[in-house]
Amino acid sequence: MNPTTNLLSPALDTGSSPALATGTLLRLATAGSVDDGKSTLVGRLLHDTKSVLSDQLAAVERVSRDRGLTGADLALLTDGLRAEREQGITIDVAYRYFATATRSFVLADCPGHVQYTRNTVTGSSTADVVVLLIDARKGVLEQTRRHLAVTALLRVPHVVVAVNKIDLVDFDEDVFDRVNAEVQSVARELGVVDATAIPVSALDGDNVAERSPRTPWYSGPSLLEFLEALPPAVDPVHEAFRLPVQLVIRPQGAALDVAHRDYRGYAGQVASGVVRVGDEVVALPSGRRSTVTGIDLGPQSLDEAFALQSVTLRLADEIDISRGDVIASVADAPEPTQDIAAVVCWLADAPLRPGQRLLLKHGSRTVQSAVRSIDGALNLDDLRAVAAESLPLNDIGLVTLRLASPLPVENYSTSRRGGSFLLIDAHDGRTVAAGMVGATLPTAADAPTRPEGEEEWEI
Amino acid sequence: MSAVTAERPITTTPETHVLGQLDALESEAILIIREIVGELERPVLLFSGGKDSVVMLHLAAKAFWPAPIPFPVLHVDTGHNFPELLDYRDETVERLGLRLEVARVQDYLDDGRLRERADGLRNALQTVPLLDAINEHRFDGVFGGARRDEEKARAKERIVSLRDEFGQWDPKNQRPELWNLFNPRHRPGEHVRAFPISNWTELDVWKYIEREDIPLAPLYYAHEREVFNRDGMWLAVGPYSQPRDDEPVETRLVRYRTVGDMSCTGAVESPARSNAEIVVEVAASTLTERGATRADDRISEAAMEDRKKEGYF
Repeated sequence: MNPTTNLLSPALDTGSSPALATGTLLRLATAGSVDDGKSTLVGRLLHDTKSVLSDQLAAVERVSRDRGLTGADLALLTDGLRAEREQGITIDVAYRYFATATRSFVLADCPGHVQYTRNTVTGSSTADVVVLLIDARKGVLEQTRRHLAVTALLRVPHVVVAVNKIDLVDFDEDVFDRVNAEVQSVARELGVVDATAIPVSALDGDNVAERSPRTPWYSGPSLLEFLEALPPAVDPVHEAFRLPVQLVIRPQGAALDVAHRDYRGYAGQVASGVVRVGDEVVALPSGRRSTVTGIDLGPQSLDEAFALQSVTLRLADEIDISRGDVIASVADAPEPTQDIAAVVCWLADAPLRPGQRLLLKHGSRTVQSAVRSIDGALNLDDLRAVAAESLPLNDIGLVTLRLASPLPVENYSTSRRGGSFLLIDAHDGRTVAAGMVGATLPTAADAPTRPEGEEEWEI
Repeated sequence: MSAVTAERPITTTPETHVLGQLDALESEAILIIREIVGELERPVLLFSGGKDSVVMLHLAAKAFWPAPIPFPVLHVDTGHNFPELLDYRDETVERLGLRLEVARVQDYLDDGRLRERADGLRNALQTVPLLDAINEHRFDGVFGGARRDEEKARAKERIVSLRDEFGQWDPKNQRPELWNLFNPRHRPGEHVRAFPISNWTELDVWKYIEREDIPLAPLYYAHEREVFNRDGMWLAVGPYSQPRDDEPVETRLVRYRTVGDMSCTGAVESPARSNAEIVVEVAASTLTERGATRADDRISEAAMEDRKKEGYF
């Protein structure tokens, strides 16, 4: 028996356990303006799903009492940093976990303050659903529009709008209807198809986990029921197969078992689609083809692998593939390109300017890039593009980039994974932008310069 | 060839290809481990022998199979560890053929670089030896088994988290972490901490340990032990934790939910002798693992944040 299998092998008679029932994982992100009660809603979700244990609740109650509050301030469950408690605001994304009988949830609690928009981008980038909070008394604010715009831009598959503090408007159906109409109008403008609104009181728990008798006019699900019932965001079977190669596994003399001395596998996470043993694949950007002869997950052999599984592929031919390459299905492999038109969310203090050189990370490859032009910035008031010479912090703009070597990028609208990239400051390694590939331009042709002025483009 | 070979189908929901929760968490962790190894020069994995670090090591073994794990492991030894845990650590490292580096708090106390605290607890003293070991070996990526569900400050930390040249974490100036694109780039002298099981809960860890049949140190399973009650926790009678006159010693059937220093880690009364029994017990627990078993984390609301800012795990 070789060393690894000892670690991976049974030593105990463990049997099976009833608590092992495992559902799927849903990632959600919250968004809302300051004081919309986001932390309270998150605290309420945790509390009502029994995810807050008694010692945590006791700590919250003790601190709430010390501050002269009458009830437990559930926001204290999530505001984890000293500065947040001091200022009573949420500064950074906090991750929380709760589960019901059918699903486990990873919740990214994103701050609402305008200067922290980048955190909303961070939370939304991995989210299957965004929970957008609106204060029933205030309706749609500039922040709400901005959050919805970011959600649309990042193509979060679902949006649910929690119209909060419904208790403070006496559970008035008319108020809810008015806010809902406003939300639907903005959502339509932004191309958000699916934005269900639910009247809630995060403070008292109405329609959060359980439906409230105080909103008899509302017949829809509670927020938690809605989240439990959401279908899986995408069915990756229908997407094209892509696997960015993270490492080449080639143990040679170091193999744990002599039988694996000649092992050669390409390790990575399937970004989209399904791959089966026997499939013909192509390595990008080289374009060399081969056939899948094996799929390994540790010592376990699989017949197929699908999106978001981390596996190692073995191929029939010893073709030149290294870290950073993408293994793709042959039929619809993307054409590698050195010219990219993309929407970027600029996240650094110093503005982005034309001519700037930055590193671009796509999948597992990082290349040099130069900003050829800034082709417009998004005005979040009317959601239209305006001319821009630079992009300041938190601005969203359209840019043209030239890459030092070709990348098999895809359109973000067809592939969230294949179309997303980071821009990185080569000097200090900071991530300075989130990028989404719009249209790829032919490699040979010069990128056309966009006309100056009020050109419209949809996000 | 082993328990994970082919016997257990990957859990999917009917007809659609959607990963089950444990498979999704496993895949994310393997992605992170491989990406750090792909991007950085000198990674290291913090290995104490505790359950979270064992799970990390198991994930690393899967990530690189059939090649060996391509980095050494580092343990910061407070000198107050349970001997059973050190035995388990050494056996595991030897079995996997890994290189073990140990940074000893005791060495620092002996030569005066650190001084014993008034309360005798050594948890907070680990920071300096940890940072010195990172500098000495020029480690640029440090895998840690911290989970976001453990503690409020940890809930705020990125999966790949930058440390400055003094090892400090700046919670107000964290990099955005977008999609599944991890960015561990840093300036010379800086390093990153990477937390592959950030998104796992305590119950996920136990379910995974059960599913993968990972044997842990015997401390985690029910055993009879001489203990005394202090502040509602059962502390073991040992060289670093002696009962006071008003704390009678009893023999109880206990196990450990977390394993830290003998001086401050409490046992819980439990008959659970197998991973399956522990999963059931953890699922029904009304206390967090730290609340139930760690004296040092009860001190202040910001205890963990303060330690983390200084470079702690």
